[in-house]
Amino acid sequence: MNPKQPRYNDQKEGVITIRNLKISFGDLHVLRGVDLDLYQGENLVVLGRSGTGKSVLIKIISGLLEPDEGTVNVLGQDVSQLNSRELDALRLKIGFSFQSSALYDSMTVRENLEFPLIRNVRNLSRAEINKAVEEALEDVGLSQTINQMPSELSGGQRKRIGIARTLILKPEIMLYDEPTAGLDPITSNEINNLINEVQERHNTSSIIITHDLTCAKTVGDRIAMLLDGRFERQGTFEEIFEDPNDERVKQFYEYNFID
Amino acid sequence: MQASTTSSKSDSSAKPVVSRRFDRIFLALSDVASFMAQFFKEVFVPPYEGKEIIRQCYEVGVRSLPLISLTGFITGIVFTNQSRPSLATFGATSWLPSLISIALVRALAPLVTALIASGRVGSNIGAELGSMRVTEQIEAMEVSGTNPFKFLVVSRVVATTFMIPTLAMFFILLGMLGSYVNVHQNEATSFMTFIDQFFSSISFLDINSTVVKSIVFGFTIGMVGSYKGYHSSKGTEGVGRAANSSVVTSMFLVFIEELLALQIINAIRAV
Repeated sequence: MNPKQPRYNDQKEGVITIRNLKISFGDLHVLRGVDLDLYQGENLVVLGRSGTGKSVLIKIISGLLEPDEGTVNVLGQDVSQLNSRELDALRLKIGFSFQSSALYDSMTVRENLEFPLIRNVRNLSRAEINKAVEEALEDVGLSQTINQMPSELSGGQRKRIGIARTLILKPEIMLYDEPTAGLDPITSNEINNLINEVQERHNTSSIIITHDLTCAKTVGDRIAMLLDGRFERQGTFEEIFEDPNDERVKQFYEYNFID
Repeated sequence: MQASTTSSKSDSSAKPVVSRRFDRIFLALSDVASFMAQFFKEVFVPPYEGKEIIRQCYEVGVRSLPLISLTGFITGIVFTNQSRPSLATFGATSWLPSLISIALVRALAPLVTALIASGRVGSNIGAELGSMRVTEQIEAMEVSGTNPFKFLVVSRVVATTFMIPTLAMFFILLGMLGSYVNVHQNEATSFMTFIDQFFSSISFLDINSTVVKSIVFGFTIGMVGSYKGYHSSKGTEGVGRAANSSVVTSMFLVFIEELLALQIINAIRAV
């Protein structure tokens, strides 16, 4: 498998800028001064072992968690300085695909997709809502599931519907939390292709949290590796893994990846 | 930054102010107080979740109606039947409707309805919100620009606050019918006579205090279930614990509130 050709703006217009980000939970220092940039139109893969704070990082970006120190600037706005209303407005520009898909169990697929749309876009007619839902489902290739309950869907289908639900608001930034976790290799590949399609079709800038190197290689324009609470290595897939001097990177490659 | 409603960090390494146990108790109490304060802050501020409130009223009220009706009807029959021998000793079986009305309206209806609702509704709210918490559905709501507290907690607490008094009234109605069936079978009392005696023994204070008590019970059940579920953690074990804890805590609080209400009502009666 060939690594993805990097696709991002040469002028490197930053959409997310993180500086000196620190967060601890009790004695556990999870992020110890993280610096990271996400550029317009790129897929940035954040790699790291379980429990290293990858998911914590994107929860801080979306304002779900408050850091101890540091700044997070998203689309020109400092997240820590926003009030509740401003944060809600910013969140509409950020799509968050959860590890567990987080579909609302008590709602059908249609209701799941309508939920953010009805609440955030005013004066939509029923026909416009139906059209948006159908288009979002077509985007992920699951039009036939429109009246099904989440419990009737497979793991891969749930992931796709979760992504469709975030796409319905046409976000500028996508945050994927372990998009291929718990999926078989074929379904994982479908999800990887979907992430690339979303990037191309909607021109989104994305952060993909994963420890799956196949996913990283397939979708990542750039890789940032979280080691001991900091991004010690950043670059293309080859730059990170070709002749890694760092034993931790070498171990990650050898135990995690089969080419 | 605004306080996040979904995720919080706990600093277990912090040095205790008094002792770890007391610190935990005070922290929990302050957490409950801020949860209640947030409810009163959100409940009056638009946008209102009218559709969700109606859906929850249906879940709490209409779906509990068969159980409450059956329990009320059987309570009416059994209580009448068990009270008859004592009154018969004094030749006072004609007082049965009065006795039943006082027992039903003043104590049985609000208390039994609240206990049934604690089991059926409280556990349901605790488990549902707990499950939503551990599967990140609450966080998903928050990142999609929806206030999950207003959508999930306020709607449920408003529903229980309005529906428990309504269910208590149904309990009284069905209890009265059950009692009439038993009285009619044994004493051949006419329906009009029974109704006349039933209502002659209770006052507006009895009805009003029952409604107010039920409102407080409903608020408690909704609030406890929501609090336990909303703060659930540790996966499926946490969901089970939230459901169980919702029932136990709300039942305990209902009894405490019943005792307090008794003192207050007696004081009002004495004036």
